[in-house]
Amino acid sequence: MSRKIRSRFDTVLAIILIPGMALALYMALIQAPRESTMGDLQRIFYFHVAAAIAGMTAFAINFICSIAYIARRNRRWDSLALSAAELGVVYLMIVLITGPIWAKPAWFVWWTWSPRLTLSLVLCLLYISYLLIRNYIEDPEKRALVSAAFGIIAFADTPLVWFSIRWWRDHHPGPMLETGGLAPSMRPAFYVCVAVFQVLMVFLLRRRYCLETMRGDMELLERQSDASR
Amino acid sequence: MTKIWAVFRKDLLIELRTKDTLNSMLFFGVVVLVIFSFALASLRESIRPAVPGILWVAFAFSGTLGLNRMFASEKENGCLQGLLMLPIDRGAIYFGKMLAATVFMLISELIMFAVTLVFFNLTVWHEIPYLILVFLIGTLGFTAVGTLLSAIAVNTKLREVLLPLILFPVILPILVNAVEATNIILNTSDYGALRLPLTVMTVFTIVFGTISYILFDYVLED
Repeated sequence: MSRKIRSRFDTVLAIILIPGMALALYMALIQAPRESTMGDLQRIFYFHVAAAIAGMTAFAINFICSIAYIARRNRRWDSLALSAAELGVVYLMIVLITGPIWAKPAWFVWWTWSPRLTLSLVLCLLYISYLLIRNYIEDPEKRALVSAAFGIIAFADTPLVWFSIRWWRDHHPGPMLETGGLAPSMRPAFYVCVAVFQVLMVFLLRRRYCLETMRGDMELLERQSDASR
Repeated sequence: MTKIWAVFRKDLLIELRTKDTLNSMLFFGVVVLVIFSFALASLRESIRPAVPGILWVAFAFSGTLGLNRMFASEKENGCLQGLLMLPIDRGAIYFGKMLAATVFMLISELIMFAVTLVFFNLTVWHEIPYLILVFLIGTLGFTAVGTLLSAIAVNTKLREVLLPLILFPVILPILVNAVEATNIILNTSDYGALRLPLTVMTVFTIVFGTISYILFDYVLED
């Protein structure tokens, strides 16, 4: 049952991340030009959007792992799904905290029920429910199956939530990259932030996954020792 | 089909003999309505725009109570084990349970709606067929995913307490569109606008009916 706790890949990721995060901070806070109307306030955007993209990626990983678990019944998929859901919630929390900080000076309100805000909040709630369910099922196999089922439901729910609320009045700035609304001089900082947040997500995901597999192994050993007693 | 019918009939019969579920659903729903009319006392003169929301909150709360009973009652004397041992497709159990829950909810919804008319002084007449359609689709969507989540919840440590926590975030699209549709019927006369919320609710019901039907097997697995 010995498994490598440290992998070379993680070390490489960590070595990339340390200067990478410093670079992202530098790019977002210093290198990127000052926005003409909002001023320095706009700089929070680099982290806000990067966190949102990373969070969505984590939820997509959770969905894929949930399907894979149901198909394959390998405990590793379940551990990975759990790790991804936790990270997704953390990233969405970053989004939900940085959002109001920006919105208060820009819109003069902390919160509005605009579609994007509502969707991120609902996503956060859905995956908190996912984590809740896991807490209350003791049998590991049952827990894995049930949470995989809920992971699929949560992900399938997302487009429906979006279709239900997208008619609500939207103040939120649109997707700026597609419309070309983001000034070219701001793009490098944005891309660096997105990339660094994704790498950080992958790194944390791998560490969390490693922890979870160890926890699973321990649970299994405990059960075996209980059974043999 | 006959198997679905058998499961459905069994639940209906139990309910007819005991009347546990319907009574508690109805009573709770009416209590929620009363609480709302106290909580929104300051709006009493112009409550009409708030009625769709109040109505669906009451439906959702009492529906949760009913869904919880669907599997909790089976747990009591090991009935669930017996049900699972039957040589039938688990999907039949799912659809039977879902149908029973839908019927219970619809009955209590109609009575709760009548109570609402009295409490909030509404007059409706030609709106009734549209309202019934919205109640029907909304309830089907609610029970489509609710039946699966109820089966999940009763197998956890928290049992019935867990269901509302995991059900409400998932059910949001149904709630939003049902309130929207009810609002269109009660407060506007533009019935053409009904198409959109009804479409989303129908899509929800079909998508989650299918997903739940597939996943039900895994959730109940022993």
